[in-house]
Amino acid sequence: MCSYHGTIRVLVQVLWALLLCGWAFGSELTFELPDNAKQCFYEDITIGTKCTLEFQVVTGGHYDVDCRLEDADGTVLYKEMKKQYDSFTFMAAKNGTYKFCFSNEFSTFTHKTVYFDFQVGEDPPLFPNENRVTALTQMESACVSIHEALKSVIDYQTHFRLREAQGRSRAEDLNTRVAFWSIGEAFILLVVSISQVVLLRSFFSDRKTTTTRVGS
Amino acid sequence: CIVHTGRTLLRTTTTTIKMRSCVLSVLLLNVYYTCVSSLYFHIGETEKKCFIEEIPDETMIIGNYRTQLYDKQKEEYLPATQGLGMFVEVKDPDEKVILSRQYGSEGRFTFTSHTPGEHRICLHSNSSKFALFAGGMLRVHLDIQVGEHTNNYAEIAAKDKLTELQLRVRQLVEQVDQIQKEQNYQRYREERFRQTSESTNQRVLWWSIVQTLILVAIGFWQMKHLKSFFEAKKLV
Repeated sequence: MCSYHGTIRVLVQVLWALLLCGWAFGSELTFELPDNAKQCFYEDITIGTKCTLEFQVVTGGHYDVDCRLEDADGTVLYKEMKKQYDSFTFMAAKNGTYKFCFSNEFSTFTHKTVYFDFQVGEDPPLFPNENRVTALTQMESACVSIHEALKSVIDYQTHFRLREAQGRSRAEDLNTRVAFWSIGEAFILLVVSISQVVLLRSFFSDRKTTTTRVGS
Repeated sequence: CIVHTGRTLLRTTTTTIKMRSCVLSVLLLNVYYTCVSSLYFHIGETEKKCFIEEIPDETMIIGNYRTQLYDKQKEEYLPATQGLGMFVEVKDPDEKVILSRQYGSEGRFTFTSHTPGEHRICLHSNSSKFALFAGGMLRVHLDIQVGEHTNNYAEIAAKDKLTELQLRVRQLVEQVDQIQKEQNYQRYREERFRQTSESTNQRVLWWSIVQTLILVAIGFWQMKHLKSFFEAKKLV
């Protein structure tokens, strides 16, 4: 009797391990993309999984990047040039390695910082539902809905943080540029006005020209 | 006598179950471990790849990576050789190095932030022999978990002996904690943004005034100087 229970528990654990593999995790990364560079990421996806790719350019230049998503056979599922922010959801139609690339090849000297969030499948459940033959109690389903709501709050927070980082980097850029150009302009002003006076004086000054010798 | 045999039998059965669960847990962990890092990218020999994590303070980050090297003979990616490792360097927002270690071909690094801001996680391979890469690329599977996602709920449940409902509530508490920390950090960031904007405002104001004054002063000086110059030249 005891060994039967033990075997069942063991089998359930194995099943859970396999299921966990099926719930592929989501990956969220922020990386630097140098000028004229292309960065690709790959992920193995099983057929029928709902996937979402979301990206946003955080800093750099005009805050845009080229994005391209290809499936296992190389068919382009999504391709956009010079996009600042986008979100793309698709259902995996084939098994295999999916590839998505971000390209900054159109830019000559600006580094870009790109954030992306690639969600594959659902998040793993909190723990294995071993004896889950009955439905969730009201408390438990309330907990589940609160959890989902909080997940979306965290997601919105992330996007807000990225927008704020973008605004802040533009403001800091503006600050340094204002300082630099103000000093530069004051200097140019002085130089130009003084040289104007000097040039004007030279037009009216006595010509101490070397007299050309007439004759030999 | 029968009771004694019965008890021994029960004990043996329990030990067998325990052993089997132990073996299974190890297997489970192995399977889980190989499943964990599913997103991958390619990295060159001397290339350094950096990832940025903007996080509030007292937030834990766990990074897992796994490397594979291209085998030309078998024409596929196989787990990297023992000698090939990755060098992981983590810098805090003040450019101070908080983690700088070399790991093997598979590794797991953990750190907790003490100042809020942008932390940079940089990875590069420690290989100096070109032969190892053979002109190919190293495939790195990477997974970075931040804040609430670093909690191992199975472990917490076992340690604190929580029921299912208690564990769910604990997860919600952790999530709300993370949201609260992020909001605090947001306040700090907004203050910095406001300071930068006010500084720009001040600079624009002062430099405009200074430039106007310079312009007017230069104008006066030019006129005065040229007037005296032309008077000296007897042209005026």
